[in-house]
Amino acid sequence: MAGVRFWREFDTRYRMLATRCSQCGLVYFPPRTVCRKCRRRSVGKMEKVPLPPQGTVLSYTVVHQGLKGFDAQVPYVMAIIEFEGGVTVLGQVVDCDPEDVAIGMEVKPVFRRVREEGEAGVIHYGYKFAPPCFPVCVDESLASPE
Amino acid sequence: MREVAIVGAAMTKFGELWDRSLRDIGLESGMLVLMDAGMETEDVEALFLGNMSAGRFIQQEHIGALIADHAGLADRGIPATRVEAGGATGSLALRQAYLTVASGAHDVVMVGGAEKMTDVSDRDAEETMSFAADQEWEVFFGATLASLYAMMARRHMHDHGTTPEQLAHVAVKNHAHGSGNPKAQCRNKLTVERVLGAGRVAEPLGVLDCSPISDGGAAVVLTTLERAKEITDEPVIIRGSAQASDTLALHDRWSITSQRATRLAVQGALSQAGKELADMDLMEVNDGFTIAEIIALEDLGLAEPGQGGRLAEEGVTALGGDMPVNTSGGLKARGNPPGATGIAQIVEIYDQLKGRAEGRQVADARVGLAHNVGGTGATVAVHILEVA
Repeated sequence: MAGVRFWREFDTRYRMLATRCSQCGLVYFPPRTVCRKCRRRSVGKMEKVPLPPQGTVLSYTVVHQGLKGFDAQVPYVMAIIEFEGGVTVLGQVVDCDPEDVAIGMEVKPVFRRVREEGEAGVIHYGYKFAPPCFPVCVDESLASPE
Repeated sequence: MREVAIVGAAMTKFGELWDRSLRDIGLESGMLVLMDAGMETEDVEALFLGNMSAGRFIQQEHIGALIADHAGLADRGIPATRVEAGGATGSLALRQAYLTVASGAHDVVMVGGAEKMTDVSDRDAEETMSFAADQEWEVFFGATLASLYAMMARRHMHDHGTTPEQLAHVAVKNHAHGSGNPKAQCRNKLTVERVLGAGRVAEPLGVLDCSPISDGGAAVVLTTLERAKEITDEPVIIRGSAQASDTLALHDRWSITSQRATRLAVQGALSQAGKELADMDLMEVNDGFTIAEIIALEDLGLAEPGQGGRLAEEGVTALGGDMPVNTSGGLKARGNPPGATGIAQIVEIYDQLKGRAEGRQVADARVGLAHNVGGTGATVAVHILEVA
């Protein structure tokens, strides 16, 4: 395992910044450097924009056989979250009982430890999603622009 | 473009082949197919090999050269090319071989697929399979391939009322088919109750909704239709070959309950073949997870969107039904060594069209379709075969 990896520098993985095509207005998260619709015409014309502060669960699953590095989290909920404007993002849903997750449920992004590479290895951080009412979930900066 | 025919098809047994290496498996399928075609190694002008991830499974890359070498082809210096596209690896190797013969570059081409998954732990094998999804934006966050298909299933149930029992019927049917296939990994029969009662992998999918971890190889020999007619009175012609792509990540799709690449590939293959789906006598379809077969059959056009769950439940897709699907047992029961799967589908169609699918023969089969999917649908290939 390499010690330095480029994805650790993705600001979008920590702050949920999307890109918007200034030609057609389509918004992408994960951010794209080329618009799927305008393609070459969009090169250099994608702008960073914040995602809406809340989304809804489009689909979900409770994972019982997880990937390595997620052992302490099993069972965990993976979901696809749909934001206003049609952007869809995959992530875990946390801070609630897996039994309570449902399609259409509202969630907001939170900043969390995603996994770790063994006891002394690199810790991976990124976003997860949580019910907006959960009291610990107070970090408004996650959904705000720079 | 020249017309291309298959003149030999063979596969190893699929399963946990503890006593054989990747090179053994690749070599065995290659020798079997030459015997089947009645050809000599000297007849082969080029080799294409499907292998998804030997680098992770056995720490070996450069698989084209490896297999060419051990097949005794290295001294002749023929070109050997490895192809990779996740679970669609085998069918893309076939398509490359098809295009090579159709274009006139070579007259006789062997295409093989092989994978050796059981040299690593089950968890390592499952992790590697997940890498056919998007590492940066899916796998990083904990998504397994099963969890992505589980989300398709959950949404399909929500939108269309598909039931866990309907998913289970796909596994029950394909295991019943696999029980008649001596090359299949899983020859045990299942019941709906057993599938539903099995341990959960990613809800609503349980372990019996998922295809197994497999070792195995498969190979076919392609040549021009003209040359095939010198070898056999009944050549199996590749009437259609089409491939399509979609976004790598499931969440980037316009829909998560339909695979657009399947729709594009089947349109392309049918149009090239000048046929309709109803002309097919049987199909081998991606069923890496039970929900995958349901969605595939909707996208292929056998059922209206949302109605695919009824097909296995009502026996339409069983042997003896209107459209037998996965008579080999499918990925679910025949086994799923990803490099070989797409070729094994072709082996099954070939055996059926040749009337030699003992124990599971579809009566009077003349035309068959193979549908192979990589990841959650980012690559799909469809091939249509017809016996002349």
